Order: sequence, then C-alpha cells, then structure tokens
Amino acid sequence: MFVKQLSMFIENRSGRLAAACNALARKKINILALSLADTADFGILRLIVSDPDDGHLALKGAGFTVITNDVLAVQVEDKPGGLAAILDVLQKAKINVEYMYAFSSIKTKRAALIFRFEDNDAAIKALTKASIGVMSKVDVLGQ
Amino acid sequence: MDDLWVKDFLPREQLEKLQLERLRKTVAYVRQNVPFYARNMAERRITEDDISTLADIRHLPFTVKNDLRDNYPFGLFAVPLEQIVRTHCSSGTTGKPIVAGYTRGDIDLWSEVMARTFHMIGVTPRDITQVAWGYGLFTGGLGAHYGLERLGATVIPISGGNTEKQVMLIQDFGVTVWMGTPSYCLYLIELAKQMGVDLTKMKLRIGIFGAEPWTEAMRDEIQQRMNVKAYDIYGLTEVIGPGVSSECEAQHGLHIFEDHFYPEIVDPKTLEPVPDGTEGELVITTITKQGMPVIRFRTRDITRLTRGKCPCGRSVCRMDRVSGRTDDMLIIRGVNVFPSQIEAILLSIEGTQPHYQIVVDRQGSMDDMEVRVEVQDSFFSDKIRELEKFEAAVRTKIENVLGLRVRVRLMEPGSIERSMGKAKRVIDQRKGK
Repeated sequence: MFVKQLSMFIENRSGRLAAACNALARKKINILALSLADTADFGILRLIVSDPDDGHLALKGAGFTVITNDVLAVQVEDKPGGLAAILDVLQKAKINVEYMYAFSSIKTKRAALIFRFEDNDAAIKALTKASIGVMSKVDVLGQ
Repeated sequence: MDDLWVKDFLPREQLEKLQLERLRKTVAYVRQNVPFYARNMAERRITEDDISTLADIRHLPFTVKNDLRDNYPFGLFAVPLEQIVRTHCSSGTTGKPIVAGYTRGDIDLWSEVMARTFHMIGVTPRDITQVAWGYGLFTGGLGAHYGLERLGATVIPISGGNTEKQVMLIQDFGVTVWMGTPSYCLYLIELAKQMGVDLTKMKLRIGIFGAEPWTEAMRDEIQQRMNVKAYDIYGLTEVIGPGVSSECEAQHGLHIFEDHFYPEIVDPKTLEPVPDGTEGELVITTITKQGMPVIRFRTRDITRLTRGKCPCGRSVCRMDRVSGRTDDMLIIRGVNVFPSQIEAILLSIEGTQPHYQIVVDRQGSMDDMEVRVEVQDSFFSDKIRELEKFEAAVRTKIENVLGLRVRVRLMEPGSIERSMGKAKRVIDQRKGK
C-alpha cells in the first residue's frame, strides 16, 4: 500500500537543489515526483524516485540529511472535481493531511496524488471504503 | 564622607600593611567557615600562619568559575543563609548560574566602593543620575544604585530598556550622568536621533560604562554624539559586581580598590606571578568580604598592573582596560555567554549534540548573535512545522537561560567549517568595530 518517499533538508542557497539532483543522476536514479516545501531559511525536498534505497544512500553519500518515510499514492479522476471528491471523503472521516503533491504514474497513465497523512492506516481504511484507488508500489514505480 | 575618599590616597606602606592584615584574617576566616577552602588548604598543608608577606599569597590555591558552579547554590558562603541579605546571579559555563551572596556588611562595602568609583569620576551629590544597567539578578543596576545613594546623588533607577522614556527623562529631568552598557548607549543615541532629540544639547556631562568590553573608537563616538566624558569601570559578580576598579578623571588606567580586592597578575599558562607592567590574567582575592569571600579568583581577563602614582594623586594601583580573555566566554549586549551553554541547551532539546556555531556581529550599535545548527538525521523531520518548532525551541530556551534573544539558523551537515575535525565554535566578527 505504501510508497517510499525521500525527504531531505536543503538550505536556501543556490546550487543545493542542483547538487541533490546530480547526486541521484550519478547513480542513475530517476526522479518520478518532486515537491519543494520552503521557508525563508530552508526547504524540505520530497522525492519519489525509481530506487528509494539506492537514492537514500546516494543523497547521504553526497552529505545531505535525508530520511525515508511512507506515503500513499492515490488515484485521482482526471476531470474537474476529481481531487475535491477525495478530499471530501477524507474530511468526513476526519483524516488530517500533512501535505500532498501531484505526479503522473507510469503504469496507469492517470493523474495521481502523493499524500502524507497524520494517520496513514485510518486514511487507507477511509479511502478503500469509498472505493478510491490507492496505488501500490509496483503501480508507481512500474516494477 | 571625606573619610571614604581618603582610602584611595593611603601611602603604599600603610596600604600594604593593611592588606596583609586583612589577607591573613580572610584566609583564617574561609578556612574555618568554607569547607571548599578548608579542603584545598589542608591538601597543600597551608594556613594563615604561612602568610607572613603579601608575596606568600602565591602559595594559596586558585578559585575558578567552575568551583562556584560545583558549589551551586550556596556552597561557598561563609555565613549561615540567615545572614545573607542579598543574592545576585551571573552566567555559569553550563545551565546553572553563578550565585553571589552578600551580608549587610558586604552591601555597605559595595556601596562604599561604588561611591568611591563615582567620586573619582567626578560625580557629586548635585548630579542627576540615570542608571540604565539592569536591576534584578544582575549586579549592575543595584550596585550602581546603592553607590549613588551613598554618594548622595539623585538617582533615576530606570534599568535597561524603555529607551524612548530614557530619552524623555534625560530631557525632562535634566540628567547629568548616564550609565549603562556601551552598546545600549549607542542604541539610545540612535533612537534619540530618530526622535529628533539632540543629546549634545542636554545637560549630560558624564557617561559611565561597563559590563562589556568596548573600544576607544566606541568611546570617541559616545563622547562626540552625547557630549559627555565617557568613563570605564570594571567588576565581576564573583568578586562583588561593579566596583572592583574604575577610571579616575585622569583616565590613566582603572584604579583598583585594593584595600578590599587584592590584585595579582599571573601568566595564564604557568599561573606564576608576573612583574608589574607585564600583561597576564587578573587574579583577585577579596580581603574584607564576609558573605562569599573568594581566594585568588581567576577572572580570565587579560590586563596589567601599574603601582606608580597617578596624576590624580591616588596611590591605589591601576589596571589597563581589559584587552581580552583567556577562556572562550563571549559578552553579547552585556550578557556573558559560554559556547558550552549553547551545547547544553541543544543537548537538552534533542538529546543529541549536533554541530553548532555561534556567529556574532555588530550591525550599528547592537551585538547580534546567530546560532547555526547542523540538521542531523536523528532529529530531521519531514515536516516544516517540526523543524520550525525545533528552531523556536532552541531560540526560546536560549532566551530563558541566557536572557538573550538570538537567531537560530538550520544548516546542512558539513556546512559548519571544521579544523582538525573539530567544529569552529565561535566566529566573532565584531573585532575592532
């Protein structure tokens, strides 16, 4: 059910983002989805990559602070109201969303969203009950 | 009141005889009343009987800041707590403060040395004086206050802050003497300018500064922009607070009230006494204090002594303005800060000790301190909110422990420069400013 996401700490100075991407490129790791959350002083870069374990090592090797955690990839209907419907289900079930960002899945070629929930298990329950598709790791990574 | 001033002019022979008498009495007193000193002296098999000349003081053991920390809170007091009428605190090297205790006699003594300080600077009972050092646990405000009252001047106990009101009172009350930290003074001068008040047209004639080091350049600036003669005074909480030494009107060094505070200069490495005129670490022994006497307290301040006669006629020896420290203590906006305190704070918040760095600068008049912390995997959170909470927790704890507002900046690992594997803890960019 879960997809591994890499989160890393980036200072707000030029070249850091490029350095992170280069570290992954050197190890032939592909970035599938990316989100940059930032404050005035620093940012957190969140990545879905083709090989999360190697990706973690590559970024650590390049000197970054990085952790891996579990997120959910949720299928969204590619039409107006698609996202609203999902958020409605979550709100009724009182599920708190920490953050989210969009990406396109290789396999299904449908719009999808990466979600980090306060309570992942409760979220899975609520979404499954509402027949909303939660993508597996295989769906996301294509292998 | 005249008896008081005479003490600064005692012939050296008489002064030294008095010092030896008081030193012997103090050594006996602490040996009998303070277990810490009794132990130290027993270890060295030394008693007051071994002190037959002032030079024999070198046989007594040193006391350092950590000794006060280890005996927190009242372990170095020589009297029962009931006889202590005042306590004051100052920064220690980790979380706990240094505590000083005063008997009624000590408060009188303190008032006396402060009154002598003000008198030698030229303050009179006709002066309107504004005390902008902090009143409270800090020794600056109350120390000055009692000395001014003893002198008979008119005191405005405004403490620090409230700067617009400070400027207003300077105008409305006709303040003639202002005292505080030099950096706060510069800030006040700037604010007065913004308020459209020309301080040089006020009745101000004297400025008295201490609690932090300041350069001749700062002195010139204050004298020019406030139209005052600016004086330096020196002290430390472990000895008494302000009132250890002061510039006189001749400003040829700071006169030490050595009938109460016996000074030595030692080589900071060998700890051997050095001759007059040679720079080294100032060591002070209190020879009249009752509540918390200190024997050979290492101040970590670097200076040198002159025992020749001053143009003002005073015979009490002089020290140069302090030129630096032998430890890593910083003074920021008048507050003592040890890098190890920052370490202890980070440890208490995260349970880990990330690499950190303290960067100090001065923009305009005020010291500015930034604490840079490398983010480690162990406390890196994926949520912005958590990292911001961490930043805020560090900032708040530093404010609570040190009484200082600082900025906290999170950094990537490895971004704090290291030398020989050890991170460079402090970058002080204020030098010479």
